[in-house]
Amino acid sequence: MEILVCVKRVPAPGAKVPLSADSREIDTRHLGFTIGPHEECAVEEAVRLVAGHGGQVTVLAVGPPEAEEQLRYALAMGADRGVLVETGPAELDPEATAAAIAQAVHTVTDGAPPFDLVLFGDSSADAGHYQVGIRVAAELGLPIVGGIKGIEVGDGLRLRREVPDGAELYELPLPAAAAVREGLNLPRYPNLPGRLRARKASLRTIAFEPPVGGLRKLRLRQPADDRAETVLLGQGAAAAPAVVDVLEELGVV
Amino acid sequence: MLLTLIDGQEPAPNVLALAHSLDLPVEAVLHVTSDGADADDADDVAGHLTDELAKQGVATLHLIRHELLAGYAPEAFGEALAQLVAHLRPAAVLAAGTDRGTEIMAHAAARARLPLATNCVAVTGGDPWLLTRARGGGMLLEEAELTAPVKLATVAQGAAAPADAQAVDNCAVREFVPELLPELARTRVVERTAGRGGITLATAPVIVSGGRGVGSAEGYAVLEELAALLGGAVGCSRVATNNGWRPHSDQVGLTGTKVAPDLYIACGISGATQHWVGCTDSKAILAVNTDPEAPMVARATYAVIGDVHEVLPAVVAEIRARSS
Ligand SMILES: Cc1cc2nc3c(=O)[nH]c(=O)nc-3n(C[C@H](O)[C@H](O)[C@H](O)COP(=O)(O)OP(=O)(O)OC[C@H]3O[C@@H](n4cnc5c(N)ncnc54)[C@H](O)[C@@H]3O)c2cc1C
Repeated sequence: MEILVCVKRVPAPGAKVPLSADSREIDTRHLGFTIGPHEECAVEEAVRLVAGHGGQVTVLAVGPPEAEEQLRYALAMGADRGVLVETGPAELDPEATAAAIAQAVHTVTDGAPPFDLVLFGDSSADAGHYQVGIRVAAELGLPIVGGIKGIEVGDGLRLRREVPDGAELYELPLPAAAAVREGLNLPRYPNLPGRLRARKASLRTIAFEPPVGGLRKLRLRQPADDRAETVLLGQGAAAAPAVVDVLEELGVV
Repeated sequence: MLLTLIDGQEPAPNVLALAHSLDLPVEAVLHVTSDGADADDADDVAGHLTDELAKQGVATLHLIRHELLAGYAPEAFGEALAQLVAHLRPAAVLAAGTDRGTEIMAHAAARARLPLATNCVAVTGGDPWLLTRARGGGMLLEEAELTAPVKLATVAQGAAAPADAQAVDNCAVREFVPELLPELARTRVVERTAGRGGITLATAPVIVSGGRGVGSAEGYAVLEELAALLGGAVGCSRVATNNGWRPHSDQVGLTGTKVAPDLYIACGISGATQHWVGCTDSKAILAVNTDPEAPMVARATYAVIGDVHEVLPAVVAEIRARSS
């Protein structure tokens, strides 16, 4: 089974998201980066599927050269091949990201077996456009369902997702695509042999000139934080009566 | 003309409010099946909807009718909407930023080769549109320009207060029959299972949530006890999920569940933005934390400085003492 997993390099800020002086970007100088949590689950799932069904996992990231870090992390988790679609530092709009992925899929499957399954995260953790997977699937002619929290491979693909009043099951013929959510599995921490292998692995780099899409980011700002000053109810166990007074006041006890 | 997508039995008030603010005639669209008994149900829904829509100032309801639109099939719904858009050429289409609303719009956008702005909280009309959208579940706001012959957007949950729309006398129904290839039904729901019922994070009036400060899976027993006393549910941070202390279905935050209880009790949770966006809609927040400088303490309504395992047992004992 040939599986492609598309991952995004996203910043991992703490209590506040710092902005650049011109407010156009997140100030990432002091931030760490990570694979989006949804995509990390997609990598884990792909590695498990290939362990059970045979085949290979390819991870692909569209982004700056530094996205190599996230590809190597996915390789350390057990993915077999890494592809970096290099597009420079500026954030792409979702149409351009999808075009970059679709083109890269054509490039890497040229003369190689096609992908049976293409996995995405449901939405990126930073921009959150909720559409790249669907656009790529449409471009490649693959069926896709999003919000997936359960995958079973048999003759086809059985996909489960949660909806407000329960769960939905889908059965797709392969080849197919799915956009998954955190909670699909508990991703492993890469072990030492995995990390060593990942460090030495060679990545394939594909250049891409992004087209200009119709959605153009102008600037970012912090949401208003208009909560009142915190009321301190006390320290330790001695605060219990004050806490229960508040519970009574709020009518929740 | 501006189209609003209806998913379900009622128009979404925030979508209609935003639509009416753009000074264009507002029309609505609903997917229905032409198949058997479900088609009759659909006509009942449409009948009820037209009354409601007329009250909300919507004079036309477009029914996209096709046998492949039975149940739910994302690709078929998206393609059908794309065809209606090509047929009507509206200035814009707005939908609720729910999972399904977003999914249908993304499929339509991909097939119509149009841009799509998701989770908008404000829009200024004209060409291009100037809009504000929520990123990272609301961690940041993005101001953006949307340039497109037909502007597609979803409205963030909770954005825009319901507007008092000028009612119209009646809402006329127009039928549209798309041409759908049978293969589009390959992504169709084949089975639905109902939820387990009971109290969930989405419905609980109180959530007792625990993070790294709880220390272990067993440490959640006292959170369970307090939640049971308050008729609430237990939540957690991503650290708790990643440590295997709690199932992911308990996780609050950007990649977990967004909650809005009357009271959110954050125990040993630092208040990282990715967690904060999941609980910020709570009416009140009580932080229990050993660190008075923790961001969760600074942003909470109430705070107790102390160890979870000292504070919570004392609170449980106090509640029991007062009720006996
Ligand atoms: C892309 C992305 C998405 C994410 N999505 C989510 C998400 O959906 N949900 C989420 O929660 N996180 C999410 N995170 C992780 C998030 O950034 C934080 O790492 C996480 O929320 C921290 O969890 P915590 O508060 O339990 O742990 P910590 O940040 O380690 O905080 C522990 C707190 O407990 C206090 N404490 C310690 N001991 C005690 C004690 N005995 N009694 C009382 N207090 C004590 C400490 O003072 C501290 O404030 C995401 C991160 C990224 C990068």
